Amino acid sequence: MSILVNSDTRMIVQGFTGRNGTLHSEQMIEYGTNVVGGVTPGKGGSRHLDLPVFDDVVTARRETDANASIIYVPARFAAAAVIEAAEAGIAFIVCITEGIPTLDMIRAKHAVRANGARLLGANCPGIITPGECKAGIMPGFIHRPGTVGVVSRSGTLTYEAVHQVTQMGLGQSTCVGIGGDPIIGTTFLDVLKLFNDDPATESIVMVGEIGGTAEEEAADFIASEVKKPVVGFIAGRTAPPGRRMGHAGAIVSGGKGTADDKIAALERAGARVADSPAGIGTTLSELLAAQN
Amino acid sequence: MKIHEYQAKQLLKQHQIPVPRGVMAVNVEQALAGAQELGDGPWVVKAQIHAGGRGKGGGVRVTRTMEECRQAIEAILGMQLVTHQTGPGGQQVGTILIEEGCDIAREIYCGMVIDRAREKPVLMASAEGGMDIEEVAATRPDAIFFEEIDLDNGLSEQAARSVAARLDLEGKTIDQFVDVVCKLARVFVEEDCSLAEINPMVVTTSGDVVALDAKINFDDNAEFRHPNHAELRDLAEEDPRETRASEWDLSYVGMDGTIGCMVNGAGLAMATMDIIKLHGGEPANFLDVGGTATADRVTEAFKIILEDPDVAAILVNIFGGIIRCDLIAEGIVQAARETQLQVPLVVRLEGNSVAEGHALLESSGIHVISADDLADAARKAVAAAEGGRG
Repeated sequence: MSILVNSDTRMIVQGFTGRNGTLHSEQMIEYGTNVVGGVTPGKGGSRHLDLPVFDDVVTARRETDANASIIYVPARFAAAAVIEAAEAGIAFIVCITEGIPTLDMIRAKHAVRANGARLLGANCPGIITPGECKAGIMPGFIHRPGTVGVVSRSGTLTYEAVHQVTQMGLGQSTCVGIGGDPIIGTTFLDVLKLFNDDPATESIVMVGEIGGTAEEEAADFIASEVKKPVVGFIAGRTAPPGRRMGHAGAIVSGGKGTADDKIAALERAGARVADSPAGIGTTLSELLAAQN
Repeated sequence: MKIHEYQAKQLLKQHQIPVPRGVMAVNVEQALAGAQELGDGPWVVKAQIHAGGRGKGGGVRVTRTMEECRQAIEAILGMQLVTHQTGPGGQQVGTILIEEGCDIAREIYCGMVIDRAREKPVLMASAEGGMDIEEVAATRPDAIFFEEIDLDNGLSEQAARSVAARLDLEGKTIDQFVDVVCKLARVFVEEDCSLAEINPMVVTTSGDVVALDAKINFDDNAEFRHPNHAELRDLAEEDPRETRASEWDLSYVGMDGTIGCMVNGAGLAMATMDIIKLHGGEPANFLDVGGTATADRVTEAFKIILEDPDVAAILVNIFGGIIRCDLIAEGIVQAARETQLQVPLVVRLEGNSVAEGHALLESSGIHVISADDLADAARKAVAAAEGGRG
């Protein structure tokens, strides 16, 4: 078991024939992901990477029976691509694209919700269930199958956390990069709920960063519902205030959003928070050893 | 992207939101001519810098006579204005706004932002006009009223009326308030704002609503559909290193420490700063070199880092995912040669083609302190920075 993606995932790629779409499709296929086709408007009927290309998602879904889509479309068209996938009945949509306008993401998220779909991202590295399905841009070789669920707002810092977990001799059930934008499809809370219910996930690593209150909301859920061991890390303790946080997050939530607040919330919830980004793997290993 | 008060007010005026009559000026003659044009005073002279807290820093003066007005203009134009948001060096005032005075009966706070939890833009209003909204939020969160803004239908009149009632507005002021906030909501959506704030929004003694101050920020991601915003940008307000970095798709934020950092990925870059601090050092900067770190961009990143005279060591931390560590290593070698690097260089590479990357660095002849992992890199960088300072 795992969450959201596995060997039954049938993936199409939106922005299939572009430079990024091609590079990452090749890597996903090489990893073993079941990519069943792609979408590039105007190129329907042709073939790319030995797979069929369609003009739109409705056709692609009808012809391939895809149940997931991954989006490598440029920022100005990416929200429309998300909406197209949701309206075409794709159940799980991963949007890798960075730099999408916030108001576009609000519209996309509403369309996703209205159609009963789930969106991961945007501006995220994607999701991987090691040995089964890689839907994203992460380096596959640092992962190995196992029982640790990893969820993170970051890209390379996720790889760092996964690498440390693997080096401890532990593997991962699923690793999820939720993305660092203010409006995202799937939150920490959503992923924690899934990990909590997934029998294959026995412990959880959660990597957050400054801004917003998603970590605090996740902490409330950990405190009340999660019995599995949780290790956290929050990046940005030394970030100068006001530079990345802007007005929005902090004000609306009443002054929340600093690294110290988030660390305190996680510790109150019973999670073990690593002091150092180099100590995520060892903290998990110690916590698991103490429980056995 | 931030814009000046006078620019924000022009935008409001274009949308029929009442602002005081005013003129902007970049020199004394222009300013005096503008003041005369406005009439007999009083005049308010306001420094135009992006940072908040201008009043407390001496950047805003109310003047009654033309002589006072001249003195204020001469004092403020060109001054180095220090506020809690500028840092100790302050920001030089190159532009001022001169406005007619107005009779203030009440001051209200009115702002619009994206609310992450509601996943919508929201109107925030409070009776505490002129105050920092952060302060009100922290001490008296109940004193802020929220209403959601719909992307297609804007702020509903009903919602605006309900806020007016909670603010205890009366008579014609209610209609004017409703009109202003509904128009502001339209500006927020049409212009892709991340912040649209009128603070204070004043009610005059005759009951009229006027935007006495205005602050507007745009969503950088949406600038492609607002080519007209480019001319509102003021490069004098930006750290030249940050501007140059952004031209190379590098994300740089200057800090006060001695260890220059070059990292791929924003989260890992923040974590690298954190671990330097944890080992007793201080980061000189945040620098995310991004996902496609070519030799040219690595070289440019090194140049920007080295422009900071406090940098006593450089720490490179790269987790190669899709990018290969040997390509990064080539970039580091080129950058070190081209910048004739004098400070110690600590390099931690991990991930894709890491062995080839290390081999390339070792055979290059440049002096590199190799680190095994993140903690080792931080320790070595802190030691190198201290050693370098003697």
